[in-house]
Amino acid sequence: MAVYITTPSPALPPPSTSVGVLGWMRKNLFSSFANSILTLIGVYLLFLIIPPTINWALFQADWVGTSREACSGEGACWVFVTVRFQQFMFGFYPPSEYWRVVVAFSLVGFLIAWLLIEETPKKGLVGIFTIFCYPVIAYLLFYGGALGLPVVETHKWGGLMLTLILATIGMFCALPIGIVLALGRRSTMPIAKSLSVVFIEFWRGVPLITVLFMSSVMLPIFMPEELQIDKLLRALIGIVFFQSAYMAEVVRGGLQAIPKGQYEAAEALGLSYWKCTFFIILPQALKLVIPGIVNTFIALFKDTTLVLIIGLFDLLAVVQSAFADAKWIGYSVEGYVFVAGIYWISCFSMSRYSQYLERKLHTGHAR
Amino acid sequence: MSNIKKQFWWNNSQHRALFFQVLLVAMLVGFFWFIGSNTLTNLNNRGISTGFGFLSQVSGFGIIQHLVPFDETYTFGRTFLVGLLNTLIVSAVGVVFATIIGVVVGIARLSNNWLIAKLATVYIEIFRNIPLLLQMFFWYFAVLRTLPAPKQSWSAGDVVFLNIRGLYLPEPVFGPHFNYVFWCIGLAIVATLFISRWAKRRQDLTGKQFKTKTVGMGLIIGLPAIVFFLVDASLSWNMPALKGFNFQGGITVIPEFTALATALSIYTGAFIAEVVRSGILSVNSGQTEAASSLGLHKSRVLKLVVIPQAMRVIIPQLTSQYLNLVKNSSLATAIGYPDLVAVFAGTTLNQTGQAIEVIAMTMGVYLFISLLISGFMNWYNKKMLLVER
Amino acid sequence: MRKITWSIVAVVVALFISAGIAQASTKDEVQKRGYLQCGVSTGLPGFSNPDEKGHWTGLDVDVCKAIAAATLGDATKIKYVPLNAKERFTALQSGEIDALVRGTTWTLTRDSSLGLNFTGVNYYDGQGFLVSKKMGVKSALELDGAAVCIQGGTTTELNLADYFKENKMEYKPVVFDTHDATAKAFDNGRCDVLTSDQSQLYGLRTHLTKPEDAVVLPEVISKEPLGPVVRQGDDAWFNIVKWTLNAMIEAEEMGVTQANVDEMKNSNNPGVRRLLGLDGIGGKGLGLNDDWAYQIIKQVGNYGEAFERNVGMSSPLKIERGLNALWSKGGIMYAPPLR
Repeated sequence: MAVYITTPSPALPPPSTSVGVLGWMRKNLFSSFANSILTLIGVYLLFLIIPPTINWALFQADWVGTSREACSGEGACWVFVTVRFQQFMFGFYPPSEYWRVVVAFSLVGFLIAWLLIEETPKKGLVGIFTIFCYPVIAYLLFYGGALGLPVVETHKWGGLMLTLILATIGMFCALPIGIVLALGRRSTMPIAKSLSVVFIEFWRGVPLITVLFMSSVMLPIFMPEELQIDKLLRALIGIVFFQSAYMAEVVRGGLQAIPKGQYEAAEALGLSYWKCTFFIILPQALKLVIPGIVNTFIALFKDTTLVLIIGLFDLLAVVQSAFADAKWIGYSVEGYVFVAGIYWISCFSMSRYSQYLERKLHTGHAR
Repeated sequence: MSNIKKQFWWNNSQHRALFFQVLLVAMLVGFFWFIGSNTLTNLNNRGISTGFGFLSQVSGFGIIQHLVPFDETYTFGRTFLVGLLNTLIVSAVGVVFATIIGVVVGIARLSNNWLIAKLATVYIEIFRNIPLLLQMFFWYFAVLRTLPAPKQSWSAGDVVFLNIRGLYLPEPVFGPHFNYVFWCIGLAIVATLFISRWAKRRQDLTGKQFKTKTVGMGLIIGLPAIVFFLVDASLSWNMPALKGFNFQGGITVIPEFTALATALSIYTGAFIAEVVRSGILSVNSGQTEAASSLGLHKSRVLKLVVIPQAMRVIIPQLTSQYLNLVKNSSLATAIGYPDLVAVFAGTTLNQTGQAIEVIAMTMGVYLFISLLISGFMNWYNKKMLLVER
Repeated sequence: MRKITWSIVAVVVALFISAGIAQASTKDEVQKRGYLQCGVSTGLPGFSNPDEKGHWTGLDVDVCKAIAAATLGDATKIKYVPLNAKERFTALQSGEIDALVRGTTWTLTRDSSLGLNFTGVNYYDGQGFLVSKKMGVKSALELDGAAVCIQGGTTTELNLADYFKENKMEYKPVVFDTHDATAKAFDNGRCDVLTSDQSQLYGLRTHLTKPEDAVVLPEVISKEPLGPVVRQGDDAWFNIVKWTLNAMIEAEEMGVTQANVDEMKNSNNPGVRRLLGLDGIGGKGLGLNDDWAYQIIKQVGNYGEAFERNVGMSSPLKIERGLNALWSKGGIMYAPPLR
């Protein structure tokens, strides 16, 4: 009599080559012959690059010391950076006044964090303070000249501080101009529209460096003789115009994404153009374009390095001028790596933040 | 009803728009009048000469790289041309290499090979987030300094030489009849274009395919080759050789050019890679699946289904990246490459002191290029517009 | 909306009115402002160079200080505006600076078509060549085919072209924006030769990895009289800057130094007494205090002292006086009489 076993035999575990580390490797690294070759090449490349770099930058590097003698010459000599660190951060700002810069930047960092973190209360009040009061406070702190703070001329500003000032002020002033231009470009008034288009296309069509040249060389000829504009201010004017054109295009993208029904509904309620724009359209549009604004800020932040060509001492320029110090010749790679590190960390974290925002904001408006 | 509430003229939106625009024009005119009168008084008071007469004056300085004949006896106007051509050639080279890098890395980032995808990501994130100027300094001052001096040049078969002063290549010297060969190349290209149009139309109508590529390549290479032997066009090579301190003869690729082109391609390549990736991802996965289920091979799916659709997303972003590259090439001045900004807005501006004319001409060039490129983009967008049935 | 419009109109009107204010003379403006705006280089050892703390020193800086001492009675009341070769003339033309003391060569074009006036010469320079000792070159005439590193936007670029053309030699110019970049490229071996004004060559040499391996060739291929520049059209200010420099030179000739200037007030030498404003016209012609030259010498020193301190044998640059010695000592430094 035949016996039929009706219970299924227990499931065998999957072959060891398709699970765990081996399985993962097989699936992701060696799935085909070509892939295996590519993987091997990749591993070899990493082997070529990573160990020497880490050795140079970390294990064989010199970290402490006060002069060139501290450098062993085997790896990187970060002493170069540590010795000049203050100058890299503040330029020629008088050391006794460093606290002013630190306070100003801490304050703005705090304010921005307040506005960006979701749980904080009274955002409106803080926002108004940031827009209207903070610039005055920052000006007093940086430049001085009141409340017993000694004046620090702008030609003493430099280093990372100048880079941040250029980028933030450029951004801060470009946003409102950009909004106006974007509204102008979408306006039904032919003259306003064409003027906005010409303005935007002009500034977007020329390289920033020629804009900086123009503001540094030609602006003085355009202005009345007794009106003297500080060199830093001239560069800022150029940057703001340039940036506002890019900002206008970002904002326009947001305006276009607002469905027509919103305009029509606002009009049906009897709201005027300005009320409709300020209370209905802009709040929605600006929320949509925050990631875009962050992206243009990243671009501007990187572009501020160009001011060294017109003789302002931003972070890169200060570091470069340190290379010329007879005591520290031959440590340019360390300097460049240091600057690159600062820019990279800032830009990378900002771009990650903008991606996070994009994902978060995507929810309600995806269509 | 209308006489109950009096209509003020400014309550009419049309009137208001008119008033606003008149005001705008008035402000604009006032602004330009203000600038113009200031400029005129300033130029007058300071005794600065104006006008474009300086363009025909003798420049009196040399430029290391010139695609058209140039030495110090040529005019300032010629320096404009030399600078412009230098800008264009470094941009062209940059565009080509940035595109190659961008496409390779963009596809690599979507690879199913984990390591390759990660390497591509690392590449993109590193080079995108570091200022271009810094990268240029790095390539020029830190990397190129490791190259040998002229006397210790690296050479490939004593034909190509590489040292810190540049890359030296043999230069073709065309014989007197060589122009026939050039004519044939042009002719072959035109013929190939016609053939491909004819082939496409035939395929649309009958479904028959035609090997356009093979025939085209045969024409472009074969026809000039035949003519070359027929007319006995002589072609010789001008070899670089070490004379005195430097190599003389041949074509010199100066290190400033190399550094600038490298930095531009690597930087823009990272952006293009993202463009390519987003373009490929934008193609609905249903399209790929449908194509696969029709039995198309993976490479044919990519070529016939994915890429043509991805191009629609890619091209507009790609052109704006190209535009950025052209504008970024103006950073050349920082590492001594004689581009338009360095030569014309730099040395010429200084020797003549005529800031307004020089800067206006320089900006005009970039504006023209950017209008040209965006014009192309609009044309392309119209052509590629999705024809919905 | 109307409020906004009106405020815009108001701003525009205000701008126009402000544009109409008449311009005061530079001297009055400097005195009213309380400090001098002096254009200097972005960093050139010995002539104008900021130290680690941002204090400026150098021969050009000393001229700035002397102008401030004469006009304001205080040599520290200066705002230094670092300028590169490109911006320097525009900065002066636009009034951003009151005087430009930045190693600027006096040429016909600059004096006549840029709206500027050269006030004199504070350093007689000439263009020279710096080469690596390894090249084994003894004369600039052996430089045929050389790659030359050079700072753009200067007369140097034109002289170089002239010199090579005249001697039927070829060259490859590699042009940079700043002194630093030029020196660095030379250091890396990008060029065989670095050319610049001789005074700058000595300074740039200290920026090389191995300064002792580089040597300055004997040829001087150009005349480069470097001097302070002012705007055209303000003769009073032109005079002040011109005579500030002359007073420094005259003081050296008279043997009046920073150390002995107070004793010299008791001197019987009529020339010294006129210089120190005790006799003669004093500062009336210039519209300054009578002790204007005294203040210069007291606070800055005479020309010889400034030279010695900044570029001479007691400085790292170790440049000989040469042409810059007094006319009575074999040079061509010569001040018209202060009487």
